[in-house]
Amino acid sequence: MSLGPETSLHDESTPTADAAQERDTSEKAIAGRSLKQIAWRRLKKDRVAVGGGIVILVLIAIAILAPLLIKLLGHPFDEYHNDKIDPTLSLPLGKLGGISKDFLLGVEPVNGRDIFSRIVYGAQTTLTVAFLSAFLSTILGVLFGMSAGFLGGWVDSVISRIMDFLLAFPQLLFSIALVSVLPQSMLGFNTRWSRTIVLIVVIGFFGWPYIGRIVRGQTLSLREREFVEASRSLGARSPRILFREMLPNLAAPILVYTTLIIPTNILTEAALSFLGVGIPPPYPSWGGMLSDALQFYRYDPMFMIIPGAMIFITVLAFNLFGDGLRDALDPKAR
Amino acid sequence: MSENLLEVSGLEKHFPITKGLFRRQVGAVRAVDGIDLQVRSGETLGLVGESGCGKSTTGRLFTRILEPTAGKIVFDGKDISHKSFSQMRPLRRDVQMIFQDPYSSLNPRHTVGSIIAAPLQIQSIPTPQGLKKAVQELLELVGLNPEHYNRYPHEFSGGQRQRIGIARALALRPKMIVADEPVSALDVSIQAQVVNLLDDLQREFDLTYVFIAHDLSVVRHISDRVAVMYLGKVVEIAERDELYKNPRHPYTVALMSAVPVPDPARRDRAQRERVLLTGDVPSPINPPSGCRFRTRCWKAQDICATEEPPLVTRLEDPESHQTACHFPIVEDEQVVGRRPASTPA
Repeated sequence: MSLGPETSLHDESTPTADAAQERDTSEKAIAGRSLKQIAWRRLKKDRVAVGGGIVILVLIAIAILAPLLIKLLGHPFDEYHNDKIDPTLSLPLGKLGGISKDFLLGVEPVNGRDIFSRIVYGAQTTLTVAFLSAFLSTILGVLFGMSAGFLGGWVDSVISRIMDFLLAFPQLLFSIALVSVLPQSMLGFNTRWSRTIVLIVVIGFFGWPYIGRIVRGQTLSLREREFVEASRSLGARSPRILFREMLPNLAAPILVYTTLIIPTNILTEAALSFLGVGIPPPYPSWGGMLSDALQFYRYDPMFMIIPGAMIFITVLAFNLFGDGLRDALDPKAR
Repeated sequence: MSENLLEVSGLEKHFPITKGLFRRQVGAVRAVDGIDLQVRSGETLGLVGESGCGKSTTGRLFTRILEPTAGKIVFDGKDISHKSFSQMRPLRRDVQMIFQDPYSSLNPRHTVGSIIAAPLQIQSIPTPQGLKKAVQELLELVGLNPEHYNRYPHEFSGGQRQRIGIARALALRPKMIVADEPVSALDVSIQAQVVNLLDDLQREFDLTYVFIAHDLSVVRHISDRVAVMYLGKVVEIAERDELYKNPRHPYTVALMSAVPVPDPARRDRAQRERVLLTGDVPSPINPPSGCRFRTRCWKAQDICATEEPPLVTRLEDPESHQTACHFPIVEDEQVVGRRPASTPA
């Protein structure tokens, strides 16, 4: 190769060549596009993910506005409407489980409670449990995963064995046992919210190894990257390396896996409520409604279809959005 | 001769190999196994050798990213061989590193501005003109558009990224820069520009370079002195022109003969005959006894297996030319194993 003196210092002028015209436009035009902006653009083009995202936003809005919605369109969730029930068969009067202008999604058999308000309040329970337990799993998973990956050695061995143990643990059986042992209300919360907190803690605790494993793996591979070494050679201490150098690179997988454990949490919460250890009656939850509908599915299928469809739509929306998010953040993983 | 900025003696780095639940040590990779070197103030020392010979480990020992297993590193009169991380912190201003892979040495989530500002922030260097201005001056210094400070690394080419890495190393105005194969990941045309940039910066800031590479022509272009490494040891060290003209160690001869010549008319020349080494580099876990090169050397005799040759100056060579060989190549020697390049391999 020739390394003659004719090759000068400022020869590689790709940035400066187009710089003149860029300078003309404005200083803002030269601002770089961050990976975040690029991912956002990619996500916006993904119609399926956008659809999922919109459904999620609508569900969140429903959960937050539940009291208002019920005032406008429904009846209190624990109000009995015996006049809507056939007294001999205990089934709702009218077609499709009693769907009418007054009762948008019909009424429950036997006591005639408004299904619409119970679905809306159920959304509140479901989303609260799913989001907060995912949040708890993420915090624990990132904390332990990063410690295991970054510190290595015996810390890594201990944390990895705990994760293996938790992943092999019969989570559902343990949850049933724990929830039935704990008192109905504690810490000054009423029955509904104290049970919600128990569900969040149980589901969140058993969910962290999924995120922990991914974070540990990513941390292990990031630790060997040269920019971490470069930062060390500049004299950076561990906290700076962990939080300034590594955490921004972990943000994408953390975000994706948090989105993807939310649907799992929704299903777990529904399963626990279905098994009778979730939110206690008369407070509504989708899983609990499915459980109630079990006796009537032959005579009043709508009572089962409506909460079932809600669970299905919600889980599907989160999964589609999560997949889209992963594709947008890391197109190579496709 | 100018004074030595860096002196190492008996430098060793062994990476333990552990096995089983209790991490019992069952052996060690002897990546660097006894190096004595001096780096003079203001010079460029080239460090060459094939993959796995311990070049990069040596560079990381010089910058004290790694702690040596044995031996002494004296930088600027201070013994830094076993200084703790916090004791090293103020000294890191004086020794900086340029990394091999411009794609993994820059954090993809940080803007160029914050990458170059990081050394100033970490070392809390005051910037009277403001951090942004300081960063822009550095960008200009390495031939990049200063207005690109809030762009991200993925928006730059390999050569430009390496310039960013150079700007980061320069930010602290160090005395010495260890460049670990700074151009081997780049296109040949870009290599020249980056090497010349390093050359210009050396003159401007009176820098001392340790230039690690496996490309002999790049090393020849930039170095004042060249050290050849084989399996964790320095086998030959000399002034650049001396080494390229009169290589003494058989391994150096073999390395030199492997450099391709771009001019076909010169290919027939006798001196362009190639020495083909047989076999692989032995494992650094269990290196050969005596001279480490003996397993692949065509001149090896019994003494090579029993006695390790010291790194010494030979009578006919200038004082700065040291060779570690029992049977060094003499001028105009007919090398057994040498054959014309025209013979198909």
